[in-house]
Amino acid sequence: MPESLRRIVVENSDDISKSWLEEIEKKKEDDYTSTISNELYQTTNREFVNVIFSSINRQRNTTALNDFSERLINLGWPLSYITDGLQTFRRVTIDFILSQSEKVDSENLSRILSVVDDWVEPIINQLVNEYSGSWENTVSLQRLALQELSAPLIPVMENITIMPLIGTIDTERAKLIMENLLEGVIKHNSEVVLIDITGVPVVDTMVAHHIIQAAEAVRLIGATCILVGIRPEIAQTIVNLGIDLSKFPTKSSLRKGFNTALKITNREVVELTKEKEKELTAILDSLK
Amino acid sequence: MSKTQSCVHIKKEWDIVGARQMGREKAKELGFGTVNQARIATAISELARNIYLYAGTGKISYEVVNDMNKLGLKIIASDDGPGIADISKSMEDGFSTSGGLGAGLPGVKRLMDDFDIESEEGKGTTITAIKWVRK
Ligand SMILES: Nc1ncnc2c1ncn2[C@@H]1O[C@H](COP(=O)(O)OP(=O)(O)OP(=O)(O)O)[C@@H](O)[C@H]1O
Ligand SMILES: [Mg+2]
Repeated sequence: MPESLRRIVVENSDDISKSWLEEIEKKKEDDYTSTISNELYQTTNREFVNVIFSSINRQRNTTALNDFSERLINLGWPLSYITDGLQTFRRVTIDFILSQSEKVDSENLSRILSVVDDWVEPIINQLVNEYSGSWENTVSLQRLALQELSAPLIPVMENITIMPLIGTIDTERAKLIMENLLEGVIKHNSEVVLIDITGVPVVDTMVAHHIIQAAEAVRLIGATCILVGIRPEIAQTIVNLGIDLSKFPTKSSLRKGFNTALKITNREVVELTKEKEKELTAILDSLK
Repeated sequence: MSKTQSCVHIKKEWDIVGARQMGREKAKELGFGTVNQARIATAISELARNIYLYAGTGKISYEVVNDMNKLGLKIIASDDGPGIADISKSMEDGFSTSGGLGAGLPGVKRLMDDFDIESEEGKGTTITAIKWVRK
């Protein structure tokens, strides 16, 4: 029976394709493919139905299927295009087979249904796998990108490093902060690290605990950690929580923290005085 | 005395962020200033994290309360977790069974205006905290 059914379907592939294409054309009006040009939509539909038939004909022609799904993924077409298309194909094919058979008893009907399902299901499975594989890939790439962004270290000058933190800190990120901090202090030979929390929306006990631990660890490897960018409302909630930050230096702004860092590393900002400027102009003039 | 109610389920760590964002929004709507918004968001963060850490799952509910011409935001954190064995101990600064700072619960009490804790071992925990718009 599967063989004879296959023959009927393959021999009448033109008719089945035609009714499938008609059904699919109607779907174009349903939002999801509305941004796609008519031409592209029609060629893709024809290609899709060919892929389906070649898959039924030669049983699991995976390369054609792979090529097709790869192109759809690159074009950014929704997965529902594929699932809708295959559901429609299933319906159209079953209708066609039934219209060809004089009378179909329930036993035959259920066999027809299961044969058609056996054709369609592997195609759906494979295409869905391709799609979800590509999503997982994207997600893991974004995750990596996010990790790199989540605890950056900037060596602003010799011995002074800044870690600006922006956004929510969860446990995973808290661990990264600690790792990057210790690694960076050693790599850049920092004497002072400024942790800037201006962009952290909520400092709760978990965040505070991790910052305290990180600062303590930095101290153990011989450097100083200064917490900067504590907004007034954050200062108040920290006090309400009863968290003791007296053990390590804090500054309201990055600028103040940076000045402290300069002092610790025996440096200071010197403004060019008027006298020196005059000297400079004199030198420059003499060079003219 | 209650009016509108809504809630956020806590199942994974990032739900904590959702819960406090919802709290901050409600606080803003009620006219709380930046400092009190931060207090409310932090309190929710503590309660939601405790649910996530100790009970696994639970929920944070929000209620606008209107009591004798006082307007306030009520936060209810409830779970069916293991419960708290010694409530008075859990309210002490520095008490933690997880190696934390032990500042969460006593902190929430100080961050908010009204605070109530009900817990039964093996049954679960419900913590209610209110912040009034004007005291
Ligand atoms: N929902 C809960 N279910 C069961 N036990 C809880 C719950 N909330 C708190 N506890 C218990 O109460 C203790 C104190 O909680 P608290 O939030 O004050 O401190 P912590 O969570 O240990 O540390 P942190 O300072 O990071 O919040 C916890 O260690 C825990 O044993
Ligand atoms: Mg806690």
